[in-house]
Amino acid sequence: MSLVFEGVSRKVGAETHIYPMDLALEPGSLNVILGPTLAGKTSILRLMAGLDKPSGGRILIEGADSRGIPLRRRRVAMVYQQFINYPSFTVFDNIASPLRRAGLERAEIDRRVGEIAEVLKLTPLLQRLPAELSGGQQQRTALARALAKDADLLLLDEPLVNLDYKLREELREELRAIFRRRSAIVVYATTEPGEALMIGGRGSVLVLDQGRLLQSGPTLAAYHQPATLRVGAVFSDPPMNLIAGEVADGRARLGADIELPLSGQLARLSPGGYTFGVRANHLFVARQSEDDIAIEARVELAEISGSETFIHAAHSGTSWVAQEEGVHSLGLGEAIQVFVNPRHLFAFDGEGRLMAAPAWSAAPMAAQ
Amino acid sequence: MEKWEDNRAWFMVLPVFVIVAFSAIIPLMTVVNYSVQDIFGPGEAYFVGTEWFAEMLSNTRLHDALLRQFLFSGLVLLIEIPLGVMIALAMPAQGWRVSLCLVLLALPLLIPWNVIGTIWIIFTRPDIGLMGVSLNALGLEFDHTAAPLDAWVTVMLMEVWHWTPLVALLAYAGLRAIPDAYYQAARIDGASAWAVFRYIQLPKMRGVLTIAVLLRFMDSFLIYAEPFVLTGGGPGNSTTFLSIYLVKLSTAMDLGPAAAFSIIYFLIVLLFCWLFYQALQNVGTGDKS
Repeated sequence: MSLVFEGVSRKVGAETHIYPMDLALEPGSLNVILGPTLAGKTSILRLMAGLDKPSGGRILIEGADSRGIPLRRRRVAMVYQQFINYPSFTVFDNIASPLRRAGLERAEIDRRVGEIAEVLKLTPLLQRLPAELSGGQQQRTALARALAKDADLLLLDEPLVNLDYKLREELREELRAIFRRRSAIVVYATTEPGEALMIGGRGSVLVLDQGRLLQSGPTLAAYHQPATLRVGAVFSDPPMNLIAGEVADGRARLGADIELPLSGQLARLSPGGYTFGVRANHLFVARQSEDDIAIEARVELAEISGSETFIHAAHSGTSWVAQEEGVHSLGLGEAIQVFVNPRHLFAFDGEGRLMAAPAWSAAPMAAQ
Repeated sequence: MEKWEDNRAWFMVLPVFVIVAFSAIIPLMTVVNYSVQDIFGPGEAYFVGTEWFAEMLSNTRLHDALLRQFLFSGLVLLIEIPLGVMIALAMPAQGWRVSLCLVLLALPLLIPWNVIGTIWIIFTRPDIGLMGVSLNALGLEFDHTAAPLDAWVTVMLMEVWHWTPLVALLAYAGLRAIPDAYYQAARIDGASAWAVFRYIQLPKMRGVLTIAVLLRFMDSFLIYAEPFVLTGGGPGNSTTFLSIYLVKLSTAMDLGPAAAFSIIYFLIVLLFCWLFYQALQNVGTGDKS
């Protein structure tokens, strides 16, 4: 099945949830919708599922207008943020429910449920009720039910957001493997850039903000070449470090006093004002190579998160965030040097359009 | 330091002990005391053991009252629970109509029992009441002071009118607590309205409905004011429920039997609440269909 949006918009009352949008999703494709809260991710999923009608434009399924197709005849499965299962059904019956609806034979149902339960590690829990399961197990059951349906369109609306960190990591891995084997269109909505890369590293991404489609295309391309400042902001966690600057006399100046040569990707920049950006994982508190630029800064905050430390440091009024491997304890107000390499810099023009991005290779690579 | 604080904490709990002692423990123990003694007057009491209990358990008038009571409470549950759920399902989910419905539902709950009795007596009176006169005009003889069935119908109407809103409010709260995603999922699954009710709404309302059943059972099992105001337990003994009979006994100064009866009554309520609770906890969990 192919799914096409032609200028689809969605208004509720006076509020516009989705501005006119064009999309084309191919069978077997894996698409991640990335956007902050209220970006319109759920609205798009609801439109795709047929739960809502577009206020403008057309949604084509296999080239035909979807308007006449009733919801129950669409082959759609959806997984939600909340763990949605039939409360009075056992795990087995929950997974079997779409198969029973399809009128499969008993032996076939047993076989299929057994298969899916095996993949999602639910086999020992088949006779339990949803209320007797942990959150992760409940969401696995919901996933299993969606997978059992054998739908043409599998929609997942931030399915891992209500799980704890460990489980999220674990399920992410499993989902990636499951999606790879599917022939359905998979659409996965998330707010987290890391999750978008992890799940959709091989697929494509739709970067969304406030109801507008900012950029679409291969996930890695969008990550490495965010078309606008806004995409850069949405597709970076922690947000990309930004600093106003200018290019003049063959040199770039960032902020008041950081000077660097126009080399590599920056060489093409014509003189004028720019906003320069660098991702937190490309800022270091130790020199990495000879041509690194050192910035004198004062520590404002050092957050330790798992095996990483986020160091917030201020330099002449601008706050920078550096993401460092390992646990670093730094004193508040301590003077440090932050190192940035010019080849990691993004440059956006006055309108926020990308003018220069660090070189990257489109060759297959493990996302992060 | 810590030890001193502990002592003070006990001191803070003292008022609660005093209140509970005076409001629950002392009255209860007084009843227990009465139930095993024959009291002729102040200072003239004789220990009789379980005699009053034996007498009460073989009292046929008590048996009749108990049967009447079970029939009444059973009917109350059969009518009020489904009716309350239906009202809750029919209520709007949002908008100003919600407030309107809630206020309308809450109105009967705000009226004191004896006032409810008075309202319905006047409403059903065959000579001046709107309902009584209307029914008689239609050729249906209706007189709650003369016909036992009419008295029952009237008490039942009062009870249903007064307390179904409580069930509806509880069921409504349960319904509103169901995340919208359940309904979305049901729509995507192509579930019928009946399937949504049977497999999503009803199981999700189990908690609040358990509370509703327990509250309505206990409350209807203890019904007193309505039949008392209406006919004082008549006509004949037709609306003499347990508490009416109990009051008749104790006002006749049969304190020993009345006390024994009170304890039996209390144990019955306790037993049935436990049974209902157990049954409702297990509903749906043994369902492997």
